[in-house]
Amino acid sequence: MSGMPSDIANKRSTPLLILTSIFIIAWLIVAAFPFFWTLWGSFKIQGDFFSKNDWTDAVTGVGTAARYGEAFTGVAYEGAWFQEGFWRAAINSLIVTVAVTVISLTFGTLGGYALARSTYKYAFVVLIVALVFRAMPHITLVSGYLLPFFKLNIWGYLPTAIIVLVAINQPFTLWMLRSFFLNVPRELDESAIVDGCTRVQAFRYVIMPVMWPGVITTGLFSFLLAYNDFAVTATILSQHNQTMVPKIASFLGTTQTEGNVMFAVASVVSATAPLFVLVMIFQRNIVSGLTAGAVKG
Amino acid sequence: MPHRTFWMFLAPSAIAMLLFIALPIISVVVQSLYIENEKVLVKTETCGPFGCEEQVKVDEVASAKLLEERPLGRFNGFGTYTNRSHLAIDELKSAWANRDSLGDFGREMMNLPFYKALAFTLTYTFATTPIVLLLGFLLALAVNTLHRWLKGVVIFATLLPFIVTPLIGSLVLFWMIDADGIIGSTLQWIYDDPSLSLKASPTLTWITLIIYGIWHTTPFAFIVFYAGLQTVPGETIESAMIDGATRFQRTIYVTIPYLAPLVLFVMLIHLMDSFRVFEPIVGFSAEANATSLSWVIYNDLSQETKLFGSAAATSVLTIIGICIILTPVVYRTWKDFRS
Repeated sequence: MSGMPSDIANKRSTPLLILTSIFIIAWLIVAAFPFFWTLWGSFKIQGDFFSKNDWTDAVTGVGTAARYGEAFTGVAYEGAWFQEGFWRAAINSLIVTVAVTVISLTFGTLGGYALARSTYKYAFVVLIVALVFRAMPHITLVSGYLLPFFKLNIWGYLPTAIIVLVAINQPFTLWMLRSFFLNVPRELDESAIVDGCTRVQAFRYVIMPVMWPGVITTGLFSFLLAYNDFAVTATILSQHNQTMVPKIASFLGTTQTEGNVMFAVASVVSATAPLFVLVMIFQRNIVSGLTAGAVKG
Repeated sequence: MPHRTFWMFLAPSAIAMLLFIALPIISVVVQSLYIENEKVLVKTETCGPFGCEEQVKVDEVASAKLLEERPLGRFNGFGTYTNRSHLAIDELKSAWANRDSLGDFGREMMNLPFYKALAFTLTYTFATTPIVLLLGFLLALAVNTLHRWLKGVVIFATLLPFIVTPLIGSLVLFWMIDADGIIGSTLQWIYDDPSLSLKASPTLTWITLIIYGIWHTTPFAFIVFYAGLQTVPGETIESAMIDGATRFQRTIYVTIPYLAPLVLFVMLIHLMDSFRVFEPIVGFSAEANATSLSWVIYNDLSQETKLFGSAAATSVLTIIGICIILTPVVYRTWKDFRS
């Protein structure tokens, strides 16, 4: 990057270097260790992961070895996925997240484009209203949905959750896509229109092809919102249609029986794995997305 | 862009938001003015050889019919707002009249569910904000000095607590601080107190939740500040150096003013998100010691007989709170736009 301070400016004294290194290493442990610890522990029995004697049991897995002959066991995963039907929740999550992402992006690109290109004051009013909507706690909206949804008999179904999540997602999607559209020069669509394109054609054939990086980045955040949601999915889906996060929460109610908390541990690891992969592949997009709204104003 | 085209492009988005954000807000306001129907009671007399006995039973059929006629329940005006579970006006008045000291009044107030939730929500919001900003800024400065390929690894690890599902993140930490978990048992060993539990006392629970909040949000502040640092012009920093500014002075007088708009942005997003804090309370099973406004609403809605009126009243109060917090920001953005 051209704006980087020169090397001289970055040369640091030794104490500062040591301090910085300690700080970063400490943060790395705080940020990442809990996940690796849980991953490791998910292959143990409850008596090891929550050991009454010594926390090192969770590392060595003595209890697991005593019961299953090996220090690792997939019993918790088997129990969660098949016995408790976590596989169904995983499929539901897949349906919900994919549908929410696709619909959010379709609605969002259209709206974001309009907001980026309009110079009228009402476009700005829409943005401010969207900002206020963005601030609404999801559970307050849910308390407005439940009664009408019961009356209309649409409570409990996946499509209901999908459209609700799409709507909740819109304010954020609009803001983010708008800032990406602002980066595409206005002359591009104007020259296309002069050449005889309609506005829709200009949008479809001239603007969208250069917008893919922005769309992918925004899509990632739509995906995360749908995937991570608890307030909406826990309250407006019936038990049969539960997605992964409320399903995990439902394991917690039954922790009294030995082994059940390990179902929760195994399903937590299962639900985190896709996010790990996502961050690995799209790290760059996530970083650019988080800063799109901020740096470019 | 012509008006017609603008609204055509915006229509799907605008309709979705009107139906599922604007309308529910109105519906919440209406619901909050109603209260559940009273049960229709019937008296039955059963007479046996040892005399007659009178029993009062709920007439299920008549109750269901009443619910069919008045799905919202009966009109209650602002009754729900002023009752014990919400603003608790009467309780506050009597507590104020009978107070021994101000602390005593505060304790009485903290026994009321709404104020208990409000106190935690505000404490969480305002305790995490400065720490998240500071920690995120320091991390950004530190990571910026790293070698290029090290940066990638550090950023990957840093994103994890932020990207992971809040409920899952809090569960992962919760299991570690469990009395039988690695951190919980280590703390017991350090303080040589086998009964020490982070879940037992309200203060420790609050601190745990605030630490979770910092852990979860710092990466966001970090990423924004880190990207901002890439745009600080090198020339400005160099000329400050030539003028003899120390590293500390350069950070205070050049970098920080440059990042000031980003601080506002991070603060805005963080205020919105922490005011709705909810999942960690479920994840940490903290409800005995700490509740938030969102949790109170969720709790009303997950009862067997859903308390729609009560949940709606808390929702309206929460929305008013959000509006108060947002007003300065919206005003500022509006002024920026006008100029």
